[in-house]
Amino acid sequence: MSMSRPAPSAMLTGDAVYRVVWVPGTDRLRGWCWCGTSYEAEGPVELWQWLLAHPDNHVDGSAGRGSNLPLRPASRLPHRPRDLRGDEPSHERQP
Amino acid sequence: MSPFPRNQWYVAAYAHEVGRELFTRTVCGESVLLWRTEAGEVAAMADRCIHRRFPLSETPSRLVGDSVVCGYHGFTYGANGVCTAVPGQARVPRTARLNTYPVKEQDSFVWVWIGERDKADETLIPRSPWLDSPRYTTVCGMEPLAARYGLLVDNLLDLSHETYLHGGYIGTPEVAETPITTEVDEAAGVVHVSRHMDDAECPPFYAKSTGITGRITRWQDIEYHAPCLYLLHSRIAPVGAPGPNADGSDLHAFHVEVVYAITPETEHSTHDFWAVARDFALEDQEVSDFLRENNRTVVLQDVAALDKLEQVIASESAGAQELSINIDTGGLAARRLLKRLTEAGSEARGTNERQSLAVS
Ligand code: FES
Ligand SMILES: [Fe+2]
Ligand SMILES: [Zn+2]
Repeated sequence: MSMSRPAPSAMLTGDAVYRVVWVPGTDRLRGWCWCGTSYEAEGPVELWQWLLAHPDNHVDGSAGRGSNLPLRPASRLPHRPRDLRGDEPSHERQP
Repeated sequence: MSPFPRNQWYVAAYAHEVGRELFTRTVCGESVLLWRTEAGEVAAMADRCIHRRFPLSETPSRLVGDSVVCGYHGFTYGANGVCTAVPGQARVPRTARLNTYPVKEQDSFVWVWIGERDKADETLIPRSPWLDSPRYTTVCGMEPLAARYGLLVDNLLDLSHETYLHGGYIGTPEVAETPITTEVDEAAGVVHVSRHMDDAECPPFYAKSTGITGRITRWQDIEYHAPCLYLLHSRIAPVGAPGPNADGSDLHAFHVEVVYAITPETEHSTHDFWAVARDFALEDQEVSDFLRENNRTVVLQDVAALDKLEQVIASESAGAQELSINIDTGGLAARRLLKRLTEAGSEARGTNERQSLAVS
């Protein structure tokens, strides 16, 4: 996908995940509501206020100052040994 | 309102702490008595005799077979908390029983449910399978913290403090310099904070344990499962080594799973459980000793700082100002989750109390 999702790639896989990245090369933050709308802010307090208020706007579809982006695909960190409970080895290092 | 999220699972102890001796730990202000039956099952019940409130963990109280005998006047209780004998009379009052706690032994921890027992669901307990996996070697400990649990949550959600508070141990300049990505799943109660350093100094903690001498790529991926379990997936590899494969295998990196259980003891004190599991040098006792000593030192650096901070905050009025910046994005999200969980737990309790009042 585009520059809208800087590394590291999305981690949590729930239906309603908020995501905040540090805009590369700046001191600003950009956050995505789980609906795909994003907003840029000076700091985390302002950004969380906006993000958490956002579902209120979902009904009429008007998203204020934000821009619409497609929902990110579900994925998880590739190195995360989440399958340890099973028997198949997750990451054994080569000698 | 309760200062803690109720109707939640909390780590009360390491499994290895609970045996055929009476053991006690205070969780969210409740004194919990823990012991193992002869069959090896963990029993968890109130650590207060129903007769005159004597602590059952206190000598000369003792375990006899699968019964706890109070050391004061001899009230005797089974693993289900039911009183089976009282002194001097044959009839045991029908209502004589200790409150028991839903309890689950998992991933080397003993989890107890604090709240309404009919809401206890074991599938909600977050996992840390590395801690008792044969593919990892784990060192662990627990330090008492004289500070409210929220301060430890703040501390762990923002690892930029490593650069300053833990310089020379796990901190290097790159930690504080590298931007983070934060994700929050409100419904699941999970905060994820990710910091991937492409080219960083290798701090002694990792240099001595892995043997890497040059610069490293260092990934820190935090998963905080509110309220109690904190996981730091730490990936260390020499700069230029290939990354993980799509199937999850990752042959060129060292992995350290740092696990904290953050268990409120009282409003102003916390049990700081820490564990470090590694997937390399599995049999190397020297590496184990080094990681145990080094990590304990780091934890104690946090403890000293947070103990001091607690004194300051406790002495100030509630509205004292803080200033949050970008590094606090994850910490703020965690605070919000905890506030919501605390309110939900208190509401449930309020409703129950009103209901039981109505009934009686
Ligand atoms: S206080 Fe326990 S038997 Fe009296
Ligand atoms: Fe720390
Ligand atoms: Zn939205």
